[in-house]
Amino acid sequence: MNLTLHVWRQAGPRAPGKMVVYKAGDISPDMSFLEMLDVVNEGLTLRGEVPIAFDHDCREGICGMCSLMINGIAHGPMKGTATCQLHMRSFKDGDTIYIEPWRAGAFPVIKDLAVDRSALDRIIQAGGFITAATGGAQDANAVLVPKESVDGAMDAAACIGCGACVAACPNASASLFTAAKITHLGLLPQGQPERYRRALEMVDQMDLENFGSCTLHGECQEACPKEISIDTITRMNRDFIRGRLIGTRP
Amino acid sequence: MGRLRIFYASMVGKKVVMGVTGLIGVGFVIMHSLGNLLVFRGPAAINSYSHFLKSTGELLWGLRILLIVAVMFHVIAAVQLTLQSRAARPLAYTKQEHQAATVASRTMRWGGALLLVFIALHVLHFTTGTIRPAGVFSPDDVYANVVTSFRIWWVALFYVAVMVALGLHLFHGAWSSVRSVGVSPPSPQPLHHRISFAIALLVWAAFTAVPIAVAAGIVR
Repeated sequence: MNLTLHVWRQAGPRAPGKMVVYKAGDISPDMSFLEMLDVVNEGLTLRGEVPIAFDHDCREGICGMCSLMINGIAHGPMKGTATCQLHMRSFKDGDTIYIEPWRAGAFPVIKDLAVDRSALDRIIQAGGFITAATGGAQDANAVLVPKESVDGAMDAAACIGCGACVAACPNASASLFTAAKITHLGLLPQGQPERYRRALEMVDQMDLENFGSCTLHGECQEACPKEISIDTITRMNRDFIRGRLIGTRP
Repeated sequence: MGRLRIFYASMVGKKVVMGVTGLIGVGFVIMHSLGNLLVFRGPAAINSYSHFLKSTGELLWGLRILLIVAVMFHVIAAVQLTLQSRAARPLAYTKQEHQAATVASRTMRWGGALLLVFIALHVLHFTTGTIRPAGVFSPDDVYANVVTSFRIWWVALFYVAVMVALGLHLFHGAWSSVRSVGVSPPSPQPLHHRISFAIALLVWAAFTAVPIAVAAGIVR
């Protein structure tokens, strides 16, 4: 396959960036999207140019490190997958592909396509945990959890924190990410003591990080590689209302 | 009061305010559109309905004040949230393909602004009679005001056009409001989505029917 790539190049956080055109030749349809970029980078290195910086780690869709806005779609055209699971067979020979970083004020560009997503980490630090006594692990089934709660919590816990929801949202809102964490812990018995405090603290941190607000376009759940539902956002709002207006005691 | 101020300070709090005030608006347009249909039962029906509403006195003013306050909070929160969301993405994508956003969801802001202008003109037109496209206005004869106004083609066209914006705003607004206020149960095919579609369609049809019927000479 031969492709034309329009790639965002930016030397550093404060440097101005621009879209640069590259030709990618001899690409196998069996390559992953990131392997295609590796090939392009090999070529750039051989020509003495600076390779394109992009985030990646596990390359099997579980770490949440890879990103990329591909032809205007977060994680590319394949639904329910991260960029690393996108293969070049999803494109045609001769295609033009636009590759941009996640764009949000809360996600400053580090270099080229790599952005700083520590705003999401700070949202987790604000309340995305349970305060539990340390010690030996509890026996399985010592705490009984209804099946519906387990399923709902597991669906929300699938979030890998990649930030595609923010990238795809027309408002650059982190509502789906924050709501997924609030739902995951709030559905389980271990998460109950801090349920409302967690919702308040995580939502407050989300506000502080200057993300946008949710207008329920539903772009986030389409982009999410784990297909997390916007139902979680309804739950986040419910817990927030309860916590703010009535109090944080469960 | 302090608790409410902290509540409103958050973006989620503002969304809840938008949802609650929006649902008040949904309730209002449903009643309003049903009332309008009395035009088809002749001058006596709609005029006596109008007299009945005006005879309730304090109740009518209570509802009017509720609606005015709701619109104010709805607009203020919308402006604040829009500015925050704009600021949240300082640099736009060179290319962005929407996957799920609908015409309705994407026209909420401009459609909302259009509706605000429309509401002002509409009150000046039919409630106070300040704007008189037909040159005449009678506070007691709603039927005559409607018929003389909508006989003018551009007045009818303006109302019909704005009602498209209302229908879209209503569809996205109604279903997203119940989510914003946190009351919709989780579901991949939510019922509130279908109910909102039905409400938007029926309200749009009822509101559009009157100017069309007058312009077409069916109601005269």
